[in-house]
Amino acid sequence: MRRILAVLLENEAGSLSRVVGLFAQRNYNIESLTVAPTEDPTLSRLTLTTSGDQEKINQIMKQLDKLVEVVKVVDLCEGEHVERELLLIKVRAEGQSRAEIKRSADVFRGQIVDVTAQTYTIQLVGPSGKLDAFIRAIDDSGVNATILEVVRSGVSGVGRGDYVLSV
Amino acid sequence: MTEMLSGGDMLIRALQDEGVEYIFGYPGGSALHIYDAIFRQQKIEHILVRHEQAATHMADGYARSTGDPGVVLVTSGPGATNAITGIATAYMDSIPMIVISGQVPSDLIGTDAFQETDMVGISRPVVKHSFMVRDASEIPGVVKKAFHIATTGRPGPVVIDVPKDTTDPSATYAYEYPKSVSLRSYKPAFEGDSSAVNQAIQALLAAKRPVFYVGGGVVQADAEGVLRDLVKAARVPVTSTLMGLGAYPGTDEQSLGMLGMHGTYEANMAMHDADLIFALGARFDDRVTNNPDKFSPKATIVHLDVDPASVDKIIHSDITLIGDAGWVLNALWEAYQARDAERDDDARQKQQQDLEQWWQHINEWRSAHGLNHNLQAQEGQNILPQLAIQSLYRTTKGDAFVTSDVGQHQMFAAQYYHFDEPRRWINSGGLGTMGFGLPSAMGVQMGNPESVVACVTGEGSFMMNMQELSTCLQYGLPIKIINLNNQALGMVKQWQDMQYGGRHSQSTYSDSLPDFKTLVEAFGHVGIKVSDATQLDAAMEEAFSEANKNRLVFVDVWVDPHEHVYPMAIKGGAMNDMILSKSPDAKP
Repeated sequence: MRRILAVLLENEAGSLSRVVGLFAQRNYNIESLTVAPTEDPTLSRLTLTTSGDQEKINQIMKQLDKLVEVVKVVDLCEGEHVERELLLIKVRAEGQSRAEIKRSADVFRGQIVDVTAQTYTIQLVGPSGKLDAFIRAIDDSGVNATILEVVRSGVSGVGRGDYVLSV
Repeated sequence: MTEMLSGGDMLIRALQDEGVEYIFGYPGGSALHIYDAIFRQQKIEHILVRHEQAATHMADGYARSTGDPGVVLVTSGPGATNAITGIATAYMDSIPMIVISGQVPSDLIGTDAFQETDMVGISRPVVKHSFMVRDASEIPGVVKKAFHIATTGRPGPVVIDVPKDTTDPSATYAYEYPKSVSLRSYKPAFEGDSSAVNQAIQALLAAKRPVFYVGGGVVQADAEGVLRDLVKAARVPVTSTLMGLGAYPGTDEQSLGMLGMHGTYEANMAMHDADLIFALGARFDDRVTNNPDKFSPKATIVHLDVDPASVDKIIHSDITLIGDAGWVLNALWEAYQARDAERDDDARQKQQQDLEQWWQHINEWRSAHGLNHNLQAQEGQNILPQLAIQSLYRTTKGDAFVTSDVGQHQMFAAQYYHFDEPRRWINSGGLGTMGFGLPSAMGVQMGNPESVVACVTGEGSFMMNMQELSTCLQYGLPIKIINLNNQALGMVKQWQDMQYGGRHSQSTYSDSLPDFKTLVEAFGHVGIKVSDATQLDAAMEEAFSEANKNRLVFVDVWVDPHEHVYPMAIKGGAMNDMILSKSPDAKP
């Protein structure tokens, strides 16, 4: 089962490498990972998606928590949460496919953020599943729309409602 | 008035303020400012080793035997990489250790400078934590944090990587050693959950076939006293992991000895048949459980560990006790007394009858297939390795610190030397590091200068760190080395006998072994060789004689090269699946 773990960690040199190293060392899987400082400059917030049964997720969380620089770990999937990922996709868009691609982008509420005579660069924000669906839609559109580049930010997430993850 | 000190002086001063007695180390370019600081002080003695791996094992032996963290100092590059095996050894067995590594100057980091290696990176998977000093002014705080992290919670090694510029004598700083340390991201559990404690005791009072399975965590927490009280009152059998030997007295009738792959028959049978297992400071290592799917099918599992990640990792626990083993065992003992007093006589009597039956079972197992302590030396016969351990046990009256290397001799020592006190049995349990025995014995001797220290080794393991014989002479360490010489890598050979049709691939070298007696004499020590079983006791007595009290003595005991370690777990089986001897029909 896919899980989204939110991790608060000390914003220190080398702390990210400990998290990533742990996953490699213990044969855990990272599907996506994103990290940046928070409003408190001493803290970074890291969101990572991984998968496994409950036992494995528990073990991953305990091992993360054991890292000295990790301040807090939560599994966002344990409660209601908002999940977002950013996609930038560059597509070859020529002739009649230009209109078709634009329509698809509109349907998914994507924005065209850069244009050349041959290409569109489209920005799309949403849960990972929506991004997957958009990429498939472009790929399968039948028109002459070659995907040139795909960049995804990895998942960021936050708990719904009053729940706050803080130190 | 605050003192003004350089980074190098602050580092050594901070170690003094931590009460460090010894630094085990080896100098080199990046560490020279620190070495100069060592030269200009008297409080800490530096032990000059011959190889950095040995320095880490010495610090490790010192830590295991005294309970205080061991301190290592190495230079950058090869000095640092040589220390890795010893750091990993300490990490696997949760031993508190501080490893200070010199590093190339900050402005050269990342340039592939001479003797540069990414020590923080290369050690990362085998340390509890690590620090890279960014600025000299951080040094006192970093040292304080390092000791705090290494010694609290589940202990472990901490690396401090020190770029050379941060120890430069030309820049000085106001030195003040922090009195305390608080890390928001590191708050190890200490006090356990009292409702879980009560649940555990209710289970214990209702158990018909309880077993205590005791590991190194009880040794680490110095919780042997309260363990003994509880065990005696509850009349439970106690089995110990390789790391836990001595936490409960090995000669006591309630001790079943070691469990697991080479554990005693009665310990493994009892674990399999138990209806309640108290795992105390133990982590269900694969060398204990055999196949986890078949592990103790009838038992309720109570698991005490200071590390939450050790719980429910291999075996699911029904009652979980997270906390310091000493705190939790004290709570268990108090709860036991309170709940026991509340019991009516019928309930108590009923349980006594159940326990009576349980002990009867155990004693039957013990007398049927327990370790044979009545082996006799036969004239003209090869020395059995078990006999050598028994001879050592008698000669030292069971009161020595015994370190070991890794292999058959390690298992024989664990089986036949009965430790009545914790911290007496020093071996590399988790990582299984050959070469650990001699240097760890040196650390033990440093930490316990008046005690008898024996190193049980094999010729394979011994040759991995024998250069330290020179260090032993330099510091006058009167270690007694008992070399069970079977002219082969015995445990490898045993597996090849049992699982590879007797094809001894790369496990023998009998034509090229040195004459150890001469070798040891060349290093300035006493060598004794014994190959006749009837001469064994005399050789052992000579080694430990008053005349050799201040000498390192190496006893080269030529043992039966065909002997195997038994019992041995059957791969993939349950704990009660054991091979008991070379005869195929001896399986129960």
